[in-house]
Amino acid sequence: MSDSYYGRPIIKKPVWEPLDIAGYLFLGGLAGASSALGAAAQITGRPGLARPSKLGASIAAGASLIALIHDLGRPARFFNMLRVFKPTSPMSVGSWLLSAYAPAAVAAAASDITGIAPAIGAAATTVAALAGPAVASYTAVLLADTAVPAWHSAYPHLPFVFASSAAAAAGGLAIAASPLAQSSPARRLSVVAALSEVAMSRRMRVRMGLSAETYKQGTAGVLTKVAEALTVAGAAGAVLGRRSRAASAAGGVALLAGSACTRFAIFHAGVASARDPKYTVIPQRESLGV
Amino acid sequence: MGRSALFGSFIGGNNPASSTGYAEHPPRVGFFTDTSVCIGCKACEVACKEWNHVPEDGLNFTGMSFDNTVGLSADSWRHVAFIEQPRRSAVNDAGESDCGPGGKAEMRWLMSSDVCKHCTHAACLDVCPTGALFRTEFGTVVVQEDICNGCGYCVPACPYGVIDQRKDDGRVWKCTLCYDRLGDEMEPACAKACPTASIQFGPLDDLRDRASARLAQMHAAGVAEARLYGHDPNDGVGGGGAFFLLLDEPEVYGLPPAPVVTTSDLPAMWGRAALAAAGLMVGVAAMFVGVRR
Ligand code: SF4
Ligand code: SF4
Repeated sequence: MSDSYYGRPIIKKPVWEPLDIAGYLFLGGLAGASSALGAAAQITGRPGLARPSKLGASIAAGASLIALIHDLGRPARFFNMLRVFKPTSPMSVGSWLLSAYAPAAVAAAASDITGIAPAIGAAATTVAALAGPAVASYTAVLLADTAVPAWHSAYPHLPFVFASSAAAAAGGLAIAASPLAQSSPARRLSVVAALSEVAMSRRMRVRMGLSAETYKQGTAGVLTKVAEALTVAGAAGAVLGRRSRAASAAGGVALLAGSACTRFAIFHAGVASARDPKYTVIPQRESLGV
Repeated sequence: MGRSALFGSFIGGNNPASSTGYAEHPPRVGFFTDTSVCIGCKACEVACKEWNHVPEDGLNFTGMSFDNTVGLSADSWRHVAFIEQPRRSAVNDAGESDCGPGGKAEMRWLMSSDVCKHCTHAACLDVCPTGALFRTEFGTVVVQEDICNGCGYCVPACPYGVIDQRKDDGRVWKCTLCYDRLGDEMEPACAKACPTASIQFGPLDDLRDRASARLAQMHAAGVAEARLYGHDPNDGVGGGGAFFLLLDEPEVYGLPPAPVVTTSDLPAMWGRAALAAAGLMVGVAAMFVGVRR
């Protein structure tokens, strides 16, 4: 054991509310990946797959913005986010990204449903599909660009965990909400993304050093296990659901829940690693060679 | 606007005011806190609270020696740590402390007044999305309370756990190195109030010279455990504007042993995120290839 000052934390734990910020990570991922899926479905002539994906993306994008604003200490000052553009601040980059992405996602869904202004709808679909994957992966940098040991030391793998988790959620939503005849690509996406989410998460924990412990203990430990089980079950549901709406729906819900649990697990692991000074002290002492 | 005003302090040079883009600026100032002469009177804590109108933050009994302040926070911008420990010389090889005359363990009492380090490469400033945190002409790091929207990003970014959110207010607060006093050529309130000159204020270059002289003096006097902390411009944060002379390992005082500004890895992080985003886009598209309708 290393010395500490009365066992007090060295860094401050995030002041973010888990529901707001882990929720934001999940919703942003779901939205971003759904926009990409929706666009591909539209291009390949699968309107029954495109519509729920676009609608899901627009609702998730709106809800993620609400969560983000709700978490601010001064919500009325949200627009100060657009006062400057700072590449050194993932939150600044993300704010600008979202302000391009969210209106496009909403316009794409609105035009699809109402049939109004199809040309604008197509342009919005393209913008949302291009910005969406960035929305889904930048949030990994948002967490990693802190002094929180369980987040920072995960930075090489976290974006891949987030992108996989986002794709699994989008696949899950699509297989649950679109007709069987059109959902084959979403089914494939669900399986590939679910396996990749599990594999990437494991790889991340193996590579990140001491603070990987925090992904195995307490709230984060439980959530990690539940996330893995749900994600694997969801992938199975996606395969079994080829001919069954009920199995597809169950698999889709499991994938969505698994993706959400992954984000909450990562959030709580970070908080736990900030609370215990050893995750800060021991790796830093090792870096000094003592 | 200088290069690092765009790309962040972690790329800039070692004078943070010039690399931020101030063409002309006063010398960089800071604190040298010599903990070996601190008597734990907490005059610094009081002076800071009074001068800066920092609200009361709970009158608690912690049982942590004389420390009921606990740590730096939104409402404590100076914090005096109290550490009671057996003298190293009185601890035998088995780790038990020998008893001195009268049956009392020989102990020593470490006291140290902690503060924001005003880092050369400041993570809080780099990650702030609103520009509320800024670099002053004195090279210090200050929050503009009329800009901060309480996003809280700076809080877990600081490798020292300094800056924090004031709950009922929503915004974040920390030491300003008395920016208002500096403008009037007055020293910060804590340094002014410190009766033993444990907290010394001045141009950083002078303080670094003074600190190495003091360290040499202490080593000559046989205090081998004396060491400087946060003085080295080549450390993970480019050196602190506030640095210390300590008598034990940093973590004993609640300080990180080798902090690194998180944004030094940011280019690599953006690279990985771009790769993941591209992978997601290509991956989604690939799912449509060769699927029968
Ligand atoms: S010590 Fe923390 S709050 Fe102070 S300048 Fe450095 S990063 Fe910012
Ligand atoms: S809480 Fe305020 S000072 Fe801190 S990063 Fe957010 S806007 Fe900047």
